[in-house]
Amino acid sequence: MGKSYNTIAFDSNKCDGCGDCMTACATIKTGTDDKARSRIQIVGSETDGFELALCRQCGDPKCVTVCPAAALTKNFDSGVIDWDASKCVDCLLCTVGCAYAGIALDAGTGHVAKCDTCDGAPACVPACPHDALTYITTSRIYNEVGGWEDLFAPGLAGCQGCNTELLMRHTLRRVGPETVLATPPGCVPGMGSVGFNGTTGTKIPVFHPLLTNTAAMLAGVKRQYKRVGRDVTALAIAGDGGASDVGFQSLSGAAERNEQILFMVVDNEGYMNTGMQRSSCTPYGAWTSTTPIGKGSGGMPSQGKTQDAKNLPLIMVNHRCEYVATASTAYMEDLYDKLDKAIQASKRGFAYLHVYSPCTTGWRFPTDQNMEVARKAVETNFVMLWEYNPKDGLHFTHSADEPLPVTEYLKAMGRFRHLSPDQISHIQGKVVENLAFVKQMAHREN
Amino acid sequence: MEQTKYLVVGSSHAALEAVTAIRMHDAEGSLTLLTRDTHLPYSPTVLPYVVSGRSPADSIFLRDEKFFEANRVAYKRGSALKALHAERNTAELADGSEIAYEKILLATGAAPAIPPIPGLDQVSYHVLRTLDDATKLNAAIKQSKHAVVLGAGLVGMHAAENLVKAGASVTIVEMAKQLTDGYFDATAAQMIEKAFTDNGAKILTGSRVVKLAPSAIGALLTLENGTTLEADLLLVATGVKPNMDYLAKQGGDVEHERGILVSDTMQTNVANVWAAGDCAQAKGFYSEDKVMNAILPDATEQGRIAGMAMAGDPGLKTYPGGVPLNTYHFFGRHAISVGSSRVPDGGEVVTRYDETSGRYLKAIFKDDRLLGIYGVNEFFDGGVMCQLILRQVDLSAVKERFLADPLTVGRELMSKIWR
Ligand SMILES: Cc1cc2nc3c(=O)[nH]c(=O)nc-3n(C[C@H](O)[C@H](O)[C@H](O)COP(=O)(O)OP(=O)(O)OC[C@H]3O[C@@H](n4cnc5c(N)ncnc54)[C@H](O)[C@@H]3O)c2cc1C
Ligand code: SF4
Repeated sequence: MGKSYNTIAFDSNKCDGCGDCMTACATIKTGTDDKARSRIQIVGSETDGFELALCRQCGDPKCVTVCPAAALTKNFDSGVIDWDASKCVDCLLCTVGCAYAGIALDAGTGHVAKCDTCDGAPACVPACPHDALTYITTSRIYNEVGGWEDLFAPGLAGCQGCNTELLMRHTLRRVGPETVLATPPGCVPGMGSVGFNGTTGTKIPVFHPLLTNTAAMLAGVKRQYKRVGRDVTALAIAGDGGASDVGFQSLSGAAERNEQILFMVVDNEGYMNTGMQRSSCTPYGAWTSTTPIGKGSGGMPSQGKTQDAKNLPLIMVNHRCEYVATASTAYMEDLYDKLDKAIQASKRGFAYLHVYSPCTTGWRFPTDQNMEVARKAVETNFVMLWEYNPKDGLHFTHSADEPLPVTEYLKAMGRFRHLSPDQISHIQGKVVENLAFVKQMAHREN
Repeated sequence: MEQTKYLVVGSSHAALEAVTAIRMHDAEGSLTLLTRDTHLPYSPTVLPYVVSGRSPADSIFLRDEKFFEANRVAYKRGSALKALHAERNTAELADGSEIAYEKILLATGAAPAIPPIPGLDQVSYHVLRTLDDATKLNAAIKQSKHAVVLGAGLVGMHAAENLVKAGASVTIVEMAKQLTDGYFDATAAQMIEKAFTDNGAKILTGSRVVKLAPSAIGALLTLENGTTLEADLLLVATGVKPNMDYLAKQGGDVEHERGILVSDTMQTNVANVWAAGDCAQAKGFYSEDKVMNAILPDATEQGRIAGMAMAGDPGLKTYPGGVPLNTYHFFGRHAISVGSSRVPDGGEVVTRYDETSGRYLKAIFKDDRLLGIYGVNEFFDGGVMCQLILRQVDLSAVKERFLADPLTVGRELMSKIWR
């Protein structure tokens, strides 16, 4: 597996052009406060918006190919393009090769200069007073996990742009080969977990329970393994329909009995696998094939779902499970942290992990937008990231303060396109109410 | 007979880029790299620094044996292509053996062009194109007291500076009216000339050597006007000519003029034969005419395209045409030129020169699109300028600001248009 690297990310919306990052860079790299000598260059204006000229540490870098002196090399360990001062002959050809102004002449030294990410602790990032710069370190997860065995067969049949394959592969890699997997009807078996023509899609035992009995069957399987003395993780990956609707009584029962199970719900807010019908997790106002948009009947136009979604993870908190958490694939470090805790908790009792999973097909957004939709859900508080255990109570793991307006989320997809202003204010109101509710729980449980 | 899917001839920029491109798309197909050079791959462009001693000869290599092993490339050094038998898809080597290929890339670059001056063959002289040339010249400049450089292109000027710094008295003889003709304009050339004369070099532009003869210390040169010069070191740097002798003998079907004629995907007129880099003659950016654009960045670009085309990479984008790009360091100053120096009908030239700082800028526009930009002691991002030219970006709204500060305004445009 190719290596992934940490990177400096820039959010132009947050930048006000103050130049503190440049001062920080110039200071550490040149010992002066001459912004012109900074390796990070903020360009633009208040009216046009600010942008960045900075080495992108390209994977297939042009500057390296045009350097006649072998002074530039892509370092495949750090991801940084290293510049070797002892080999450089100051020919400036690299500055002609780079189309992004990522390597330029430092007039103070007469040599070229470029960002080296300060060996993994870029000085510019903490210097930004507006959080416009972040150093993204998620790569360590991919590098660590990339070395573990992928326990799903290659070529799962998910929709284009679906994040569930990512979730399945990561989760199984993490729980490892000593696992029994239950995947009730839904997208996960639809993608191939239970396999085709008599072979499974996984390299571990997998079974396909009914929607109604997943938690019960898995509890029995786990108990049998315990009885014969084998330490096996009992994992369910279920959809929101299977968990919150018909599967709920067995789920609730297993949680109440504190069975040693890790129950993961992939919440795409509907029965997407069977043609996008509504579930009790479908949010208010959303289009589904059973909550359509149109003339309606009896003079009542139909405008999407008319009820609010059930908050399943909060219901699970009220079972006082060993561990309950919400997660999102747009926040992988957070998700990993929670997965680790859930695996540990499942050795003691019931662990429940609720992962929000935007559905490109059913929610109607472009296939390259999955992570962006997932991120917007969290940034608007439509989805809140928190975790619970009986000892420490409930905590937010991602700040819910200063959310974006919920319209930033709603407008990212087609299933909300028809919303009336009243419906939007209903949804915004619910977001506020939910936040207050979870905050109260966080308060009470602490 | 030895067989290979891909045969790449040459081991410099164009060839190495082609190898990278082929391996990105075809990890397995057999690949052979053939070069007449006996050293590991290096760039001719670095050689002036080997001559000056700044770059140790063993630290300039662009790849090592491990690279070829890791990429499953059969790397044959010290064996030259003697004749191309394109009609039967084989390459004949200097030792008489033959290799059968499915696809061949000619990336054999160029060699010094030796002018037909009477007596030149009677005296010993230097050229600079290979590492061996550079090590010889490096040894020679330490001994030299009276050096003469024929040709004031960038190769000659670089060497002349080295000689000046090594303490020799140096004379540069150039046929054209100015130094660095074809790279920089008269104003820039004057700045360069002044730097050289300030440092004690003698520059004879618009003059021509008509005769050479051996002398006690080396060579005696006679100029057109009758004056003579004596040199203990003579460097001939009067231009280059592509290496394509291997076509003359057999592969006469491969069309060539000043170089090997290639299409927008670097393919020759003959099936299974590609050419790239200094030996190729490809479309220019400013006209459909095929031109020689013998510069390093273009060699890498053409090599990349040829490799992708040979491997059938669907990501291939056709060659936009050669844009001249040059950077030149002289006595602590730098000059950059990007694009065309020709002013077309209806074109507009803007220059600014600041005597005190020695900063000079010249830009050529047509319909508010940039055609070329030149600077001495004025740094701008050449790569960004090149994109402005290739993309024909309309600069009417920002032209004044752009001329005042091409560095900042170029970056602003970059960040908006192709970030
Ligand atoms: C002193 C000097 C300074 C330069 N400075 C600059 C500069 O500042 N900027 C710039 O852009 N360009 C510069 N150049 C030009 C630049 O080096 C070339 O454009 C570039 O090297 C071309 O690359 P190439 O791969 O096409 O050919 P080359 O670099 O010429 O390589 C050709 C390769 O083919 C091999 N070969 C030749 N004939 C045969 C044969 N018959 N069989 C097998 N192998 C063969 C050679 O051994 C060599 O490996 C300079 C050149 C020189 C000599
Ligand atoms: S300036 Fe230095 S790093 Fe850049 S191309 Fe030239 S030798 Fe390489």
